[in-house]
Amino acid sequence: MLDAHNITVELGRKRILHGVDFTARPGELTAIVGHNGSGKTTLLRAMTGEIPYRGRIMLDGDDLRALPPALLAERRAVLAQATTLAFPFTVHEVVRLGLTGQSALLPGAETLPERALHRVGLEGFGGRFVQELSGGEQQRVHLARVLVQVWQPVTDGQARWLFLDEPVASLDIGHQLQVMRLAADFARAGGGVIAVMHDLNLTAMFAQSVTLMMGGQVLAAGPVSQVFTSATLSAAYDCDLKVSTPPPGGGVFLLPQAVA
Amino acid sequence: MLAESIRVQPAAGDRSVRARQVLVLLSLMLGAVSIASMTVGASGVALFPALGRALSGEALALQERVVLLDIRLPRLLTGILVGAALAVSGAVMQGLFRNPLADPGIVGVGAGAGLGAVLAIVLGAMLPASLAAITGPHLVPIAAFLGGWGSTLVLYRVSTRQGRTSVATMLLAGIAMGALAGALTGLMVYIADDQQLRDLTFWGLGSLAGASWTKIAASAPIILLALIAAPALARALNAFTLGEAAAAHLGIPVQRMKNIAILTVAGATGAAVAISGGIGFIGIVVPHLLRLAMGPDHRYLLPAAALLGATLLLGADMIARVIVAPAELPIGIVTAVLGAPVFLWILLKRRGLVDM
Repeated sequence: MLDAHNITVELGRKRILHGVDFTARPGELTAIVGHNGSGKTTLLRAMTGEIPYRGRIMLDGDDLRALPPALLAERRAVLAQATTLAFPFTVHEVVRLGLTGQSALLPGAETLPERALHRVGLEGFGGRFVQELSGGEQQRVHLARVLVQVWQPVTDGQARWLFLDEPVASLDIGHQLQVMRLAADFARAGGGVIAVMHDLNLTAMFAQSVTLMMGGQVLAAGPVSQVFTSATLSAAYDCDLKVSTPPPGGGVFLLPQAVA
Repeated sequence: MLAESIRVQPAAGDRSVRARQVLVLLSLMLGAVSIASMTVGASGVALFPALGRALSGEALALQERVVLLDIRLPRLLTGILVGAALAVSGAVMQGLFRNPLADPGIVGVGAGAGLGAVLAIVLGAMLPASLAAITGPHLVPIAAFLGGWGSTLVLYRVSTRQGRTSVATMLLAGIAMGALAGALTGLMVYIADDQQLRDLTFWGLGSLAGASWTKIAASAPIILLALIAAPALARALNAFTLGEAAAAHLGIPVQRMKNIAILTVAGATGAAVAISGGIGFIGIVVPHLLRLAMGPDHRYLLPAAALLGATLLLGADMIARVIVAPAELPIGIVTAVLGAPVFLWILLKRRGLVDM
């Protein structure tokens, strides 16, 4: 269980987060949504230990600040919005960077990069140079690297965590679904997934739990069906949104309204 | 076991087997160049006959002993140490700054180390005798190390914001620091006496000719320490290629590794500059060639840089000794003539980097 309590973040003189509470459970995909600048990514970066924060973040009972980097890297992996490479590494070499700590000790660890590439739909790309791939392909290379880092969603009874910052932003719809399914599989196998999302329909389709942010605070949090109401979303995004329930699946979907 | 490991086909994009082959090849090259370096010289003393006689228990002529053991051997070891130090500090610095153009010689670290050395040469004479006795021959390398360290810290502080290095800022900061160090060095030259002036001029051009066991004893510990520390940085430097934040996510203690990298660069550059003066471009040419040959994985790049750096410097030294024999050219001229075009070529091929 990831439990963030009363998180306040200031960047320079600007206060980005105002006492945010956030909870995510292993076995679930928890989405963080909200308008641009609402503090989604800042909250994620506080929880990955990237930026200083006030308040307390507990990861499965351990204070985040007390976990040394190497130990933390065994328990969670982070996919950034975009990653640029400084040198001409091959796809295989970059994915292999995910072999740290425990995953490097798994039996057959050396085959993990190829297996991860297969899972993100990039089999046969191992010998290509990352810098020569399209943005979407590069993003999936890094997803494969992140998957290698936390290969087993549960290890020794303890959940592994995936932090994803807009994982599908640069992908076409087919690969969006593929990546979201991978994340959902990870959660179904007992791992925890926390994803900053822009696409509310994908969020409704794959997330079990959602935290809706606005102006550096949490506007609503809970199961998707409770948070995604026309009134709440319209307020959060300052536009007219209508939540509908299609007959067959029973899930919810959203249709942006062309006329305000 | 060995046959097995050869039969297993590496995964596509895995260049580690190739890298190991390159390492073996480089070791052989260094061995060959070392032998050549021991045989070539103005005196005409031949290595192998002397070696043969020494092995059969015969005493060597005084001239042979002096030439081989007190001139060529220290020069060989100095070339290996300095070449390895320059190439490794270039590779580490490029990994730290995430940029193939970062080289201690180009971004002012060499100039900072040089200033430290010059200050030690000129002002060291004014030290009270008791203090001079303690520092002894270590004063110049230590001062060069401090100068290199200070300038690396300033450079990193100025050109890196939130884990991202601006190449333009880095190069411009390097120019500014080089100019400042140059001015202060000029000031030292102005107040130096005649003997010091000759030391400075000779040293400033870059040469292995001043190699001696005393200088090796003074600088080798620092260089060896840096060379030993470098492999421990390999995993961190690989992770840095993704950016500092991603490196931290991979479990790298980023700040500690940065500090070690900066100390390594300063130590290796400072000690190398202290013995041999301003020898440029080894630090940029060697890692660049190696990345082309075996990829940028620092686990292999760093040891390979040490080997190729040593080999190239010994080769350049032989050119410097032979081309105008019996006189000799400052080696810095040879490395600059060979290296500067390579630097321009990198700029031309990777123009995008300059716009970052």
